[in-house]
Amino acid sequence: MKFLPSSDDERARMLAAIGVGKVEDLFEDVPEAVRTTKKPPLGRPLSEIEVRRELGSVSSRNAHARTHAHFLGAGCYHHYVPAIADQTLYREEWLSSYTPYQPEISQGTLVSIFEWQTHMALLTGMEVANASLYEGATALVEALLMASRLAKGRHRAVLSKNIHPEYRETVRTYFHNLSFELVEVDDADLAASCDAQTFAVAAQSPDFFGRVRGWNEARDAASSCGAMAVGVVAEAISLALLSPPGDAGLDIACGEARSLGVPMSYGAPALGFLACRDAHKRQMPGRLAGETVDAEGRRAFCLTLSTREQHIRREKATSNICTNQGLMALCSNVYLSLMGKAGLRETAIQCASKAEYLKEKIAAVPGFAIATDGPTFNEFAVRGPKPAREVVAALAEKGILAGVPLAPWYPERDRDFLVAVTEMNTRAEMDVYAAELARLK
Amino acid sequence: MKSRDEGLIFERSRPGKRGYSLPPLDVPEKIGIPEALRRGEIEGETEVSEVDVARHFTRLSRMNLGIEDGLYPLGSCTMKHNPRINEEMARLPGFAASHPYAPEALSQGNLALMWRLERILAELTGLARVTLTPCAGAQGELAGILMIRKALEKRGNPRKYVLIPDSAHGTNPATASFAGYQVRELSSNANGRLDLHVLEEAMTDEVAALMMTVPNTLGIFERRIGEIAEIVHRKGGFLYGDGANFNAFVGLANPGRMGIDVMHMNLHKTFSTPHGGGGPGAGPVAVAEPLVPHMPVPTIERREDGSFRLDADRPESIGRLRSFSSQFGVLVRALSYILSYGEEIGEVARNAVLNANYIRARLSDLYHLKYDAPTMHEVVFSDKRQAEHGIHNGDIAKRLMDFGFPPPTVSFPLIVPGALMIEPTETEGKPELDLFIEAMRTIAQEARENPGIFAGAPYTTPVRRVDEVRAAKNPILRWRPTR
Repeated sequence: MKFLPSSDDERARMLAAIGVGKVEDLFEDVPEAVRTTKKPPLGRPLSEIEVRRELGSVSSRNAHARTHAHFLGAGCYHHYVPAIADQTLYREEWLSSYTPYQPEISQGTLVSIFEWQTHMALLTGMEVANASLYEGATALVEALLMASRLAKGRHRAVLSKNIHPEYRETVRTYFHNLSFELVEVDDADLAASCDAQTFAVAAQSPDFFGRVRGWNEARDAASSCGAMAVGVVAEAISLALLSPPGDAGLDIACGEARSLGVPMSYGAPALGFLACRDAHKRQMPGRLAGETVDAEGRRAFCLTLSTREQHIRREKATSNICTNQGLMALCSNVYLSLMGKAGLRETAIQCASKAEYLKEKIAAVPGFAIATDGPTFNEFAVRGPKPAREVVAALAEKGILAGVPLAPWYPERDRDFLVAVTEMNTRAEMDVYAAELARLK
Repeated sequence: MKSRDEGLIFERSRPGKRGYSLPPLDVPEKIGIPEALRRGEIEGETEVSEVDVARHFTRLSRMNLGIEDGLYPLGSCTMKHNPRINEEMARLPGFAASHPYAPEALSQGNLALMWRLERILAELTGLARVTLTPCAGAQGELAGILMIRKALEKRGNPRKYVLIPDSAHGTNPATASFAGYQVRELSSNANGRLDLHVLEEAMTDEVAALMMTVPNTLGIFERRIGEIAEIVHRKGGFLYGDGANFNAFVGLANPGRMGIDVMHMNLHKTFSTPHGGGGPGAGPVAVAEPLVPHMPVPTIERREDGSFRLDADRPESIGRLRSFSSQFGVLVRALSYILSYGEEIGEVARNAVLNANYIRARLSDLYHLKYDAPTMHEVVFSDKRQAEHGIHNGDIAKRLMDFGFPPPTVSFPLIVPGALMIEPTETEGKPELDLFIEAMRTIAQEARENPGIFAGAPYTTPVRRVDEVRAAKNPILRWRPTR
């Protein structure tokens, strides 16, 4: 097997050095009763040519952004990833290094994390960001748990119903066995749902239906009862155009940063983020890179504030999270550095303008209406004349992935689907989209 | 590796520089968002060229050590070679450009891949089903314990405690407490194994599970695992197997037959996804029949016509653990790796164990072994003999970097004071192992003859010893425009 480098002769010499006759002798502690009696039915080893053929054939059974005009979002967006982002990641010193526990051999990774923390702090308007979390939904869980530590002794979290439904489901799973109460309400009821026991108020903007709400409702509700205000962002490109949670005075920002340089890849691996005010940093879960000096007084970086983590605090840890999304954060750092101030803004403006264009086009198609009220960034709900899954299926036959039906989460909105537009969509594509909608029977 | 002060990308920023270009906007510029909800430019964000970016990240990369620079002996982290074919497979447009909410009928490739991987992992673990959703090993642990909790609740009592041997992974106690359990630690016996009398005593009908790392963090296999499972089951508890060390027996031994009811696997370790800088990982969990109804949603199901679907409508499920379905890109890499080995997958374990035993044989005359039990895929020495000269495991770790190697794990297992936990993995050959062994032998000699040299180590790395205390006392966690 080509991934196993020892020759038979080398193996024999190693066995001799150990003092055993065969490899089996090294497994004496594994009782016969639990041994596998025969080889697993996995077929013979495949050559690289065959692996390529096999997985190539599997992958070709999917419709995707290279085969179809792509208008799917709902928490996962199709943005451009510049060639240099992925190619940077291919350098083995990035790809195959480990968690930077030993800073002297990990300065590259540590500097990159430190830079990503800076980018995310700038984008969210917060003072501190950590080295990344798994993805958006678990980032919200960690943000709420963090809020519960900051507002100690309280046991209630209030969530806007307009937060991504899968984020809220995830929160319910985690909260199920902790002694917290979870309340999910309409945005208008956020303030009325707060009380002296509330430790967090969380809202999303743009919300799941694409509406830009801003952060004032959540901030005011939280401050009325002394709770932490948590802002959720599922489409991070919006942070380049919209007033960020930090500027509005929120305490914690969290969500999904995949839009900033990471491919969709059927939803994962993604890139969760968490940012907060400086005063809250010691309650932040996950890894953090910090600046310091080396023995010669030169600037150096290392992981820091790790005394909160599971490998040190064990059952008293602030979280059971262990890994971060190192390679995704690197990709995102390259993306953010390259796009920079002007590129991020221009991308966001293109997303918003193209979405406005398609919105108008769709609104003009008989039988279709925009079903998100209020201002939107790059995503909106559309209500059609028949079940959304039929519309989506019909347009797929025309080479268009038209949207995400809302029925799986909102059975009463059977005719509605979410449409997302990014800098990747062209005017020609959008014209065809509207024309095909008009042609539906 | 090369030493220079590369600085930060923000410090290369100059007004007006650009690293990108977008196609001209082909629709009228129109933003339907009120001014009050908008921001101005992002103050402090970078303005750099693509060349700046290319050079910066290339220079930074030279300050890292990766597995392709040489053996990476970090115990329990399984730093093995990552075949490049896996990377290309994960980047096939049909996978990388696919959306999690694309219509099911148009996502059959992804769903078929997940189904196939689930069946393979079920086969390798000898368990009924596997959930692919967990984001990482630690989240897999949580999923597993939550499923146990749910099953016990259904029987009428979730119980109070989880038993964890002192030779288990560090995440286990945090996981148990996040699932609402109190942790009771079990101390190992003189052989580094679980003491069955200690277990008998601790295993009451208030105990939900025994959470065991197999083989444990000492690299030792619990020879009496069958009896252990029996003791746990007799009291109505579950046996949780932490499968982060699965590469020690994958394809050779059967967790289901060991009596393990639930076991997570770290796909990125056992089946080789690069986790540069810490992640991504994936932590699928295999479960026995009684836990199947409680798997997190969504599960992947096959219809009678052979097509696949995601099922989120499972009333007895513990619920959802994340958005979307799984760490999909990691699953592609894992399947690519598994197909490359096919029925020879057991060679992974045979070579991992051979390599660890070779290192043990070649170093045990110089480094102390606290537990004299057979070694599986990793071997844990201690610094006891070097400590006689005032040299501790942390010093050995720093000095090893001067020989071009990342250090072994020195922070655990906690039961070995001064631990040096070495895991070579199966993808090392004898010449590379010999280089590492020679470095370790030289260091042992230095500890005897020239202990002064350790105080300044490392000498050859891009930065010298880093002041971690200062970083924690006065945390600087980001660059600021004013500095």
